Amino acid sequence: MLVSKTRRALTAGAGAAALLSAATASADYKLNLTRGVTPISQGAYDMHMLILWVCVAIGVVVFGTMFISIIRHRKSKGAKPAQFHESTAVEIVWTIVPFVILVSMAIPATRALVAMEDTSNSDISIKVTGYQWKWGYDYMDEGVSFISTLATPKEQIYNQQDKGEHYLLEVDNPIVVPVKKKVRLLITSNDVIHAWWVPKLGMKKDAIPGFINEMWFRIDREGTYRGQCAELCGKDHGFMPIVVEAKNEADYRQWIADQKGAKAADAAAADRDWSMAELMERGEKKYAANCAACHQASGEGIPGTFPALKGSAIATGPVAQHLDRVMNGKAGTAMAAFAGQLSDVDLAAIVTYERNAWGNNTGDLVQPSEVKAAR
Amino acid sequence: MSTATTHDAHHEEHPSGLARWIFTTNHKDIGTLYLLFALLMFIVGGAMAMIIRAELFEPGLQFVEPQFFNSMTTMHALVMIFGAVMPAFVGLANWLIPMMIGAPDMALPRMNNWSFWILPFAFAILISTLFMDGGAPAGGWTMYPPLVLQTGNAFPFLIFAVHLMGISSIMGAINVIVTIINMRAPGMTMMKMPLFVWTWLITAYLLIATMPVLAGSVTMLLTDRFFDTSFFDAAGGGDPVMFQHIFWFFGHPEVYILILPAFGIVSQIIPTFARKPLFGYSSMVYATASIAFLSFIVWAHHMFTVGMPLTGELFFMYATMLIAVPTGVKVFNWVSTMWKGSMTFETPMLFAVGFVVMFTIGGFSGLMLAIAPVDFQYHDTYFVVAHFHYVLVTGAVFAIMGATYYWLPKWTGHMYSEKLGKLHFWLSTISVNVLFFPQHFLGLAGMPRRIPDYSPQFTEFNQLSSIGGFAFGLTQLLFVYIVIQTIRGGEKASEQVWEGAHGLEWTLPSPPPYHSFSTAPEIK
Amino acid sequence: MSEAHGGYYVPHGANWPIVGSIGLTTMLVGLANYLNGSSVGFTMMLVGLGIVLFMMFGWFGTVIGESESGMYNDQVDKSFRQGMSWFIFSEVMFFAAFFGALFYARIFSVPWLGGADAVTSDVLWNGWEAAWPTNGPGEVGGEFESMEAWGIPAINTLLLLSSGVTVTFAHWALKKNKRGPLVLWLLATVALGFTFLGFQMFEYYHAYHEMNLTLGSGVYGSTFFMLTGFHGFHVTLGAIMLTVIMFRCMKGHFTPEHHFGFEGVAWYWHFVDVVWLGLFIFVYIL
Ligand code: HEA
Ligand code: HEA
Ligand code: HEC
Ligand code: CUA
Ligand SMILES: [Cu+2]
Repeated sequence: MLVSKTRRALTAGAGAAALLSAATASADYKLNLTRGVTPISQGAYDMHMLILWVCVAIGVVVFGTMFISIIRHRKSKGAKPAQFHESTAVEIVWTIVPFVILVSMAIPATRALVAMEDTSNSDISIKVTGYQWKWGYDYMDEGVSFISTLATPKEQIYNQQDKGEHYLLEVDNPIVVPVKKKVRLLITSNDVIHAWWVPKLGMKKDAIPGFINEMWFRIDREGTYRGQCAELCGKDHGFMPIVVEAKNEADYRQWIADQKGAKAADAAAADRDWSMAELMERGEKKYAANCAACHQASGEGIPGTFPALKGSAIATGPVAQHLDRVMNGKAGTAMAAFAGQLSDVDLAAIVTYERNAWGNNTGDLVQPSEVKAAR
Repeated sequence: MSTATTHDAHHEEHPSGLARWIFTTNHKDIGTLYLLFALLMFIVGGAMAMIIRAELFEPGLQFVEPQFFNSMTTMHALVMIFGAVMPAFVGLANWLIPMMIGAPDMALPRMNNWSFWILPFAFAILISTLFMDGGAPAGGWTMYPPLVLQTGNAFPFLIFAVHLMGISSIMGAINVIVTIINMRAPGMTMMKMPLFVWTWLITAYLLIATMPVLAGSVTMLLTDRFFDTSFFDAAGGGDPVMFQHIFWFFGHPEVYILILPAFGIVSQIIPTFARKPLFGYSSMVYATASIAFLSFIVWAHHMFTVGMPLTGELFFMYATMLIAVPTGVKVFNWVSTMWKGSMTFETPMLFAVGFVVMFTIGGFSGLMLAIAPVDFQYHDTYFVVAHFHYVLVTGAVFAIMGATYYWLPKWTGHMYSEKLGKLHFWLSTISVNVLFFPQHFLGLAGMPRRIPDYSPQFTEFNQLSSIGGFAFGLTQLLFVYIVIQTIRGGEKASEQVWEGAHGLEWTLPSPPPYHSFSTAPEIK
Repeated sequence: MSEAHGGYYVPHGANWPIVGSIGLTTMLVGLANYLNGSSVGFTMMLVGLGIVLFMMFGWFGTVIGESESGMYNDQVDKSFRQGMSWFIFSEVMFFAAFFGALFYARIFSVPWLGGADAVTSDVLWNGWEAAWPTNGPGEVGGEFESMEAWGIPAINTLLLLSSGVTVTFAHWALKKNKRGPLVLWLLATVALGFTFLGFQMFEYYHAYHEMNLTLGSGVYGSTFFMLTGFHGFHVTLGAIMLTVIMFRCMKGHFTPEHHFGFEGVAWYWHFVDVVWLGLFIFVYIL
C-alpha cells in the first residue's frame, strides 16, 4: 500500500524527529501522534506520517530555494536584478504538480475514512451520554449503566496536595470493554455539546444533544486508555476525563456480572427505610460528585450562573417541588434531569442532604421509597 | 499633472483637537484611527492571551477560575480577530487604496467615518461584559449553542456587539469596492492595480457575502434564547449543528478575510526589496480569486467530528485540500520574485520573508487538518491552536507589522529606526516560534484546547510556550515604542522612500497632502 | 463645509455618523437590558431609536439638500448606485442565512430526528416519524395548524408583484418627466405595500390566536415567523422610503436624468419583492 511504502522510504528521515524526541524520551506519546491500539488509530497515524513528510519535503524544496536566493541574490553581493516576471509554463507546472501530490494523498485518506465510518457488524453497543461534566455509559444489551466522573480531588487541582500519577485523567467508574471485539458507541448528550475522545483509540466524536452519533473501535491489547472531553462544554470542560479499561473476554464477563449484582443490591436498598444519619452521609458524597460542580460544596452556587441552594426557596420549600426540580431538572437551563442518572437511594440522600445542610435545617427526611413513588 | 497642487489649501477649515477625529471624512485620518484602534485592541487581546499563558504555565489552577479562563479564551479571540486584525487591514485599505489608484479620497467618505465610529462602541459593549453578572461570554469565539445560551447577562450584549461589528465591516467593505471600481484614475485598468488593491477588492466581496450570514446566525441564537424559537434545539426539530454550519459558512471565508490583504501586502513588499517586478502578477490575481471562491465550499472542515454523512466529509476534505493549490501558486510566485533579484533586507522585507516561511508552515498544518481521518485526532487540540496562530500571528500580524514599517515613512514623513526595527523582527520571530511551535507537540500528544488545567505530561512544552508568549508580548512594547518615536520625529523620508518602490503612492510627498490626488494622475 | 475635488464631491466634517453610533448603541444596550429583565431597558431602547431616527432624518436631509443643489456629479452618482447595490446584496445574504436554516431543517435535521437516521429516532425520540410542517419530536409549543398558501399569502403575492409593476410605471413616468402619473403610480405602490402589511398583520393575528402557530411552534414556527417577519420588516422600511420618495416627487425633486434616490428605493422594493417570491415558494407552498 502506498502509505506503508512511503513510510518505509521515509524512515531515514524519521531519524531527525527521533533527535527531537530524545529530549523527552519517556514515550512516543509525548511528542508525536500516538500509534494507538486500534486499527483506526494506526491508520490515522500512518496518514499523519505520510502528510507530515510530504509537507516537510515540499518545505525543504520551497524554503531551500528561497534561502539560496536570499544568500546569493543580495545587493550587497553585487547581484543585479533580472527582469523576468512571467512564465505561463512555469505557472502551469506548479499548479499541476501540487494537485497530483494532493490526489495521491486523498486516495489513502478516503480509504481510511470509509473504514472509520463503517459501524456495521458490531459485537457490543454502548450508549454514551455527555453531561455537564461527566459521562454516562449504558451497555444497551446488558442493562448495565453508570456515571463516570473525575476522581482527582479538588486539593490536587488547587495545588494543596501533590498531583497524582494520573492527575485529571482518572475517573471513579471507568468504562470496561473486551479486547478484540468491535465495540460500537452511540454518542449523545444531555445538555451541551461534548466530544468523546481517547487518543489511543484514534477516534473523536461529538456528543450532540438530541442526536446520536456512532463510532467504533476494536482494541488489540489489554490495558487502560485515557482521554478527555474534547469540545468546550462550559466551566469544567477540562475536568471530564474518560478512562477505558480493555479486558479479556472472561474478565469482562465477570465485570458485567458484578455490575448487575451491585445494581440489584441498590434496588433492594431502596425498599427499606433509611435513617437520617445514613442519608446525610451518603447525600454529602453524592452531592459532592454530582451537584457541587455547579452549586458548589458550600451550597452557595455561583451568583449569576448557578443559584444558591443554601436558603433557596425550592430547597427549603415543599419536598415534592424540590424532588421534582432535581429529578426533572429545568428545561433550557444547565439544571439537568437527574432521575435517569441517579438511583432512588442517591436521589433521596441528595435531597435530604440539601434540605438539612448549610443551615437549611428543615428537618425533612426523604425516603428512597418516596422517590420511587415520584418516578 | 500628477501630484496634488492644491494640497492643504483647505487647512483652515479643518477642525482641530478631538473634533477633527470624530467628524473627519478624510481617508488618511480614518485610516489612522483604524490603525490606532487596532493597536489598542491588539494590546487588550494580548493581555488576555498573557492571562491564558500564565494560567497554563503549570498544571493546577493558579490564577484564575475555569469559567474566567474560558471568558479569556473567548474574548481574546473576538478582540484579536474583530478588533485588531480586521480593523488594521481596513486602516491600511483606507490609507493606501486611494493613494494607490490615484483617487482624492474614498468613494463614500461620510459612511467611512461611520464604519469606524461604530467600532469603539461595539468593543465598549463587548468588553463591558467582563463586569456583568455571570461573567463575560465563555462559550468560545465560535459561540456554539447550546453552551453559549447558558451565558449570563452578557448574552444579549455579545450578540449586539457582533451585530455592530458586522454593520461596520459591511459598510467598510462596500466603501472599498465602490472606491476601487469607481475611483481609479484614468488608465488604471484592473490588471494594472497593485496587488494590495486586488486582494482587498476580493476580501471586500468575502466580507459582504459573509458578515450578514454571521449576523443571521447570532440573531437565531438571540431568538432561541429569548423568543422561544427552536433553530438549534432538537426537541423542536432544529439541530445545534445547524448553527455550526451557518457559523462556519461565515467563519471559513472569515479566515481568508484575515489573510488575503496580508498576501497583498507581501506582494507589494517583496518586489520592492528584490528590485524586480512581481513574478506572475496575473496568476496572483487568479489565485486570490480561486482561494476566495473555494473558501465558500470548505466550511465543514471545522466540523469533521459532528457526525456528518460520509459523502459530506469526503466532499469537504477534497475541497479543502484544493485550496493548497492556489495558495501554493502564491508562495511559488513570491519565491520566484526573490530569485535572481538584488535583495536588501530592511525591516519590511524581513517581515515579508518571515511571513512566507511561517505562513507556509501554518498552511502545511492546515493541510494536515484537512485530512478528515487524521483530523479526528487533531481536532480541538493544541495542534489546531498552533495551526491558526501560525497563519494569524506569523501570517496576518506579521504582514501588518511589515506594512507598518514599509509605509510608516510615507505616512509620517519620518524614517523609523532601522536598528530597532530589525531588533523587533528578530526578537519577535524567535519568541513567536518558542510560543507556538511547541503547541504542535502538545496537540499531537493529546492536549485538548480551551482547558485551564492539564495533565502533568504536558508541562514542559506549556512552560516553553508561556515563556515564548511573555517574550513575544514584551517585544511588542518595542514595536509600540518605534511607532511613537517615528511619529514624533526622525530622519526625513523622501518621496520614494525605498529605492525599489514603484506605484502611485510613492509619487506623492511624504507625508502626503490632505487630499491624495486632487487631480487624477495619468497612468502610462 | 464641503468642497469638490477634481470634480468628485468629498464632504468635510460629518457629524451624523457619531450621532448614529450613539443612537444605535443606546438602542441596543437598552434592548439588551430589557431582555435581561431590567426595567429601564425599554425606555432606553426607545430613546436610542429616537436618536437613530433623528440621525436618519438629519443625514438624509443633508444628502438630499446637497443633491438638489447639484453638488453630485456623475461619478458620485455611480458611487451611490454601486453602494446601494452592494448593500442590497448584503441583505440578500442575511436572508440566505434564514433560508439556509429552513433548508437544513427540512433536508437534514427533521428527517434525521424522524427515522432517516434510525438510531436517533429510536433511541432518543421513541421512533418519532418525520413530517413537515413540524414542531419537532418534543412537540414544542403544542399542536398547531400550518399556514395555508392559497389564501392570504397568495393575495399578498399578487399585491407585491403588482407593486413591482406600479413602481416601474412610476419610473417610466419620471423618465418622461410626467409628474402627475409619477406621483399617482408611487401612491399606488405605497398603498399596495401597506395593504400587504395589513394582510400580514391579520395573518399573524390569526396564527397566534386561532391556529396556535407561534414563534415557539418548533422549527416550523421559528423559520416561518423569522423569515416572514424579517421580510415584513423590510417591506415596512421599503414602504416608508417609498413614501418619502413620493413626497420628494411632489416637491419636484429629481430630474429625468438624475434620480438615484428614486432608483435606489425602487431597487430595494424589487429586492423585497423577490425575497417574497422565495418565501411564497419555500415557506408556504412546498
Ligand atoms: C488566517 C487564517 C487562516 C488561514 C489562511 C488558514 C488556512 C488553512 N486552514 Fe485553517 N484555521 C484558522 C485560520 C486559518 N486557516 C482558524 C482560526 C482555525 C480554527 C478556528 C477555531 O476552531 O477556533 C482554523 C482551523 C482549520 C481547520 C479545522 C481544524 C479543526 O478544528 O479540527 C482546518 C481543517 O481542514 C483548516 C485547514 C486550513 C487549510 C487547508 C488552509 C489552507 O488555506 C492553507 C494553504 C497553504 C498551504 C498548504 C501552504 C503553501 C502551499 C504550498 C507551498 C504548495 C504546495 C503544498 C502542498 C501540495 C501540500 N484550518
Ligand atoms: C488574530 C488573531 C489572534 C492573535 C493575534 C492571537 C495572539 C495570541 N494568542 Fe490567540 N487565539 C486566537 C486568535 C489570535 N491569537 C483565536 C481565534 C483563538 C481561539 C479561541 C477559542 O478557542 O475560542 C485563540 C486562542 C489562543 C489560545 C488557546 C486558548 C485555549 O484554547 O484555551 C492561546 C494559548 O496559548 C493563545 C495565545 C495567544 C498568544 C500568546 C498570542 C500573542 O501573539 C499575543 C501577543 C500580544 C501581546 C502580548 C500584546 C501586546 C504587548 C503588550 C501589551 C506588552 C505587555 C506584555 C506583557 C505584560 C508580557 N490564543
Ligand atoms: C451543570 C450545572 C448543574 C448541576 C451539575 C446541577 N445543577 Fe441544580 N441548577 C443548575 C441551574 C443553572 C439551576 C437554575 C435553573 C433555573 O434557571 O431556575 C439549578 C437549580 C437547581 C435547584 C433549584 C434552586 C432554586 O432555588 O431555584 C435545585 C434544588 C437544584 N438545582 C438541585 C441540584 C441537585 C440536587 C443537583 C445534583 C444532583 C444539581 N442541582 C446539579 C445547574 C446545575
Ligand atoms: Cu464535556 Cu467538554
Ligand atoms: Cu476553515
